[in-house]
Formats: sequence, structure tokens, C-alpha cells
Amino acid sequence: MNMPKSIDDARALLAGAGYVAGRDLATVVFLALKLGRPLFLEGEAGVGKTEIARTLSQALGRRLIRLQCYEGLDAASAVYEWNFPAQMVAIRTAEAEGAADRHALTEELFSERFLIRRPLLEAMQPQPGGPPVLLIDEIDRTDEPFEAFLLEALSDYQVTIPELGTVVAAAPPIVILTSNRTREVHDALKRRCLYHWVDYPDFDRELAILRARAPEATEALSREVTGFVQRLREEDLFKKPGVAETIDWARCLVALDAVALSPQVIADTLGALLKYQDDIARMQGSEAKRLLDQVRAELGPA
Amino acid sequence: MARPADRAVPDGGQLAANIAHFARALRRAGVPVGTGRVIEAIRAVEATGFTDRGDFYYSLMACFVSRPEHRAVFAQVFRLFWRDPQFLEQMMGLLAPLVRGANPAPEPSPAERRAAEALAEAVARAVEGEGTEVEVDATLTFSARETLRHVDFEQMSVAELADARRAIGRLALPVRPIASRRTRVDPRGRVADWRGTMRAALRSGGDVERLVLRARRQRWPNLVAICDISGSMSVYSRMLLHFLHAAANARGAGWAAVHAFTFGTRLTNITRHLRQRDVDDALAAAGREARDWEGGTRIGACLHAFNRDWSRRVLAQGAVVLLITDGLDRGDDPERLSREMQRLHLSARRLIWLNPLLRWDGFTPKARGIRAILPHVDTFQACHDLASLEDLAAALSGLGEAPASPGGLWPRVRFLAER
Repeated sequence: MNMPKSIDDARALLAGAGYVAGRDLATVVFLALKLGRPLFLEGEAGVGKTEIARTLSQALGRRLIRLQCYEGLDAASAVYEWNFPAQMVAIRTAEAEGAADRHALTEELFSERFLIRRPLLEAMQPQPGGPPVLLIDEIDRTDEPFEAFLLEALSDYQVTIPELGTVVAAAPPIVILTSNRTREVHDALKRRCLYHWVDYPDFDRELAILRARAPEATEALSREVTGFVQRLREEDLFKKPGVAETIDWARCLVALDAVALSPQVIADTLGALLKYQDDIARMQGSEAKRLLDQVRAELGPA
Repeated sequence: MARPADRAVPDGGQLAANIAHFARALRRAGVPVGTGRVIEAIRAVEATGFTDRGDFYYSLMACFVSRPEHRAVFAQVFRLFWRDPQFLEQMMGLLAPLVRGANPAPEPSPAERRAAEALAEAVARAVEGEGTEVEVDATLTFSARETLRHVDFEQMSVAELADARRAIGRLALPVRPIASRRTRVDPRGRVADWRGTMRAALRSGGDVERLVLRARRQRWPNLVAICDISGSMSVYSRMLLHFLHAAANARGAGWAAVHAFTFGTRLTNITRHLRQRDVDDALAAAGREARDWEGGTRIGACLHAFNRDWSRRVLAQGAVVLLITDGLDRGDDPERLSREMQRLHLSARRLIWLNPLLRWDGFTPKARGIRAILPHVDTFQACHDLASLEDLAAALSGLGEAPASPGGLWPRVRFLAER
């Protein structure tokens, strides 16, 4: 599949792989591909940030390389590492053969053969199908030193291995960074990227997403589910349900053979939607019924 | 690097210039936009084409906005700026009703106000030769609506200043650090450094003589202070803000970052203001930001706002929370306060309550608010004078070890036992 030529192309590309994107998101995706810039996606958990990378790799036929961030992530797990056990064996073998030319041994030990490539280095290598999609997931979980390291890697698409030299990507990978905003990522890193805040979708788009992702749910049920979740997001909750939760919930309801929402069904399956005890306690009982009645009243004429 | 004017753009370079002007308007409205971003934006507009207004909007937004809160400002500046290419004349038109004062403008959203002020400033500069009343009138219209109280920080007594300086001088908060997952070379460490070992081995021709070891690095936690600035706390809150300013600005004092919030009837983030070097400037800026000085207290509602809007953003990496309040709550039901305290306690690594009322020996937790807060804090400390602040420093460094207190117990334990 070729690179999209316009914003409409980009939107069609995502839609073709089952991702319903708004015009705003399609624009930044198109720009990121066209300008070869990293794409920085920020938003609440479960609004489909990671899914964009997965969809792009699938739609463009590129390999997806994922780097999951965590606190204390270091170069050894993000870029490369030497295969020390294999190196030890090589040393012992060289000794046993008695041909321990020190210079040659060094050359051999620090060659590509003993190099373990981690996601960032892997993404710089040529891949079948073209430059890969590099997903740096939940960058907010890592710490400042790693962010600073990423600055170098992402601005020039190169990493330095002291023993081997600098590895430069032949063609820059498509880089997508995501953040849940549990802390502010430094501006210097954001500045090198195209930024997009992924918001909760509106009713029509969420319904379209649900049709694409949970086609087994009936139209009537999908409408009610979408309406209820949209209404729920207006409530004062500690953690509002994301799109991922909506899809999960619809699948739960289908698995329970529910054809329509009822207060009882909602109470039984609320755990798929809300993940904090305070929120669940709030929504139990009459509150759910009240919301459901409102949703029914809004959807009624349609 | 290509200058904006060098690039082939539609409209004979006019668009590039307009985008540069637009970036300047954004900058004045408080959205940080660098020159590199402008070049990026021109490229982006070239790539998307200049046919659809929506595409143009999203392309510029992808380049200029890097925080969700800037989106509203961006939208307003965009709306005002691109409504008409001749924006200066257009802005004059926008200002006219304000100058006349005839028709009261509809209440603008805060972002709109900033956007309009930023553009109004540009207009004021453009018409400087013709008298500057325009600017004055415009800004007055905007600020006169703020009827909430300001606080005057200039009346700080000499003694108070001296106290503050002393506190700053002594302020070395030796916090117990958190073990990080990063390591450093340490001969007494517990993690083998295979790479270092191999390098050492190569130096001696392949013989592994010793194991190079590494130890875990330690990192400092963040400090999040939530400070009550209501009337009943007015004597203490200023001094405590001094304390926080010192904590925020002392390098190597043991905190990775200090986030500060004030609350009375509403929650305000003053972190940015506390970063100013000069303590008076910082407190004056914080005073302008927080408009509810010495008013009532709604602890439950403010903690709810904190939990909803901030806790996931500032408490993620093992932060220690200082809650500074006397616990005298008005108008809220204790049920809710208790719920919000529980949520805060669950989100924070450690929750320390500073209460100036603890200065009286006979203090017992009678007020409803205090009884709602007490079960959910880890430590309960006085904070009415400098000595108690020093105790606080000791408590923070201990983090878990009980200090010597009159009853031999943590005050909190004592109060809970008495209930």
C-alpha cells in the first residue's frame, strides 16, 4: 500500500483497516507521514492511541515495532545489548584453540553477531515492506533521562554504539509516541513531534467505531450503548470510560445475549465500563436507571 | 535551514508571512511557539494544501499546540486572526464597541479573553502614534469583571521576612529516596554488570578476573503541596508559601519537583509562579493567580477538583502529598470530604497533614471536617511556627519512623486512640 496523497486518502486508509478517525486525526496522521515527523498522541486511557500505530502498520504493510516504556527504561532494553553469554563462550573457544590474537578477538566479540537489537535499533534497520512503524508507548511512564535520550534518536534517526559506531536509519521509521499524561512530557521532545490530543469521540463517531469493532452487536443495542456511555462521560466520574471500554462493554452484552439495556443488565456488567469502586458505587441502582431513561428519551425520536 | 520567505508557498509568500504573524499572536496569548514550529507549520500547510478551512486549522494546530489546555486559546486566536486576512483593521473593528462602552459584550470564556487581549496588544502597538487610550480601555473592560479579592503581599513585616530567610537557610529536607530501576557502578552493588565485566576481561586478554557490580540508583520523590488559603488560615498560609517557595527553588534539597496548589473556595495551581527566583515576585504572582484569598473553605469540593483534574498527572511517580489546612470546613458534607480524602490517600505514596491548630495542647478533633480527614492521613503535624516547620523536615526525612513526640506516639495515633 502506498503512502496517502491527501487527507482523504489518509482517512480512507485508516477506515480500510477498521479505524474510524475524525478529520483532525486524519490530518495529523497525513502530515506525520508526509513530513516524516514523529507523531505525539496524548489523551486519556482507552481512546485509541496505540491502535493508530497498529492500524497504520497493518494498512501500510509495515512491520510494527513496539517499545513499551516503564520507569528506569535504559539503553540496554531500548536500543541494544551485547550477548554476554555468547561472548564468554567465544572467548573460551578462542582460548581452547590457542589462537588468542587479542585484536582479532575484540573485533569478533563486538561484531554484529553478538549484538542483541532492541526496539529502537531494530527500527533503524531496513525491514521487508519498507521502514517500520515504531510505537513508543506510554512515554509518560519513563523518566527524564530516557526522554533526553529519545531526543537524539528521534531528531536524527540514529543511535551510537561505542564499539561499532553510529547506526543511521536508511529510511526513517514512522514514529508514534503515546502518553496518558500522568506527567508532563518535556517540551523539547514534544517540539520535535506533531502533537495531537485524542479526545473522546462524539456520538456518531463512537457509533461508527462500535459498528466497525463490534459488528456482532445489533444496531439498536449499539445505539443504546453509545448513548449510555456518552451520557456517562458527562457525569462527574474519577475515570471516564474510554472507547476501548465501550467496545468491551458491547461485547460483554452480546456475550450475555442482551438485546437491549436494562438497569439489571447494566448493574451486572458495569465492571466492564468503570474501573474504580467509587465510580461503580455511584452508578449502581437508581442512578443507572435515571441515565438510561434520559438516553432512551434522547434516542427515542431517531 | 530555509527561511520561511524562501519557500514556495501559495499566495506569493503572503501566507508564510501571515503564519508568522499568527505565531506571534499565539505567543502573546501564552502559547509557547518557537521559530522552528513556524517553518514546520508552513511546510504542513504546503502539504495539506490551502483549500479547506478545517484542514488548515488542524494542520496549524498539529504544529503549534503541544498541550491540551492550549487548544482553546488556539481556537480563539485562530478564529479572530483568520476571519479576515487584513487582521489589523479587523481587530480595530473588534475593539470599537469596547472603546465606546455602549453594548456590554457577552461574557467571554477565559481563553477567548487571553486571545483577544493578545491581539488587542498588537493593535495597540500598531496605533501607538495615535494615542494609547485604546489599549487601556480594552484591558480595563476585561479585568473589571473580576470581583474576587486580591491579596496584598507588600505588607510583609520585616520580622516575617527574616523568619522566612532563616527557614530557607535551614531548609535541607533530607527525604528518604526511592530506589530507582536505574543502576550505577558500585563495587558493593548487588547487580552484575556483564558489559563492564566483559570489557575488563578483554583488557586482560579474555580472563574474567572479577565481576563488575552495579547498585540501584536512588531517586527523589516529587512533593505535592495543597495549601489552604482561606480566612481561618490567613496567618499561616503566607509563611507556608514561603516555605514552599524555598522547597521549590532549593537545588538538591531532596525533591525532584514541587507542585503547589492553593485552595479556598476553588483550587488553583501555582506551581509555575513558585518557580520565580525572588520570593516576593513569586508570591505576588501566586496571589494574582489565586483569587480566593481569605475567603471561605470548601475542602471537599477542592479536593474533588484535585482528584479529578490533577491527581493522575502529578501523583504518578511516588509523590509525597502535603495537605496544609486547619480542617475547618464550611458547607460541605463530611461524607464527601471523607471520600475525597480516601481517594487522595490511595493515590499518594504518603499523605502528610499539616495543621496549625495543633499548636494548642488541648486540641481535640471535634470539628466534623477534621474527623473526616484524620483517618486518611499518614502523618499529622503542626505547622504554626518555624520550629514546627523544622519538625516537618525531620518527619519528611524519617518517612515512617516515629519521632519523639510528647505521648511517644504519632499525634495521629494519639487522637485516634482518644476518639
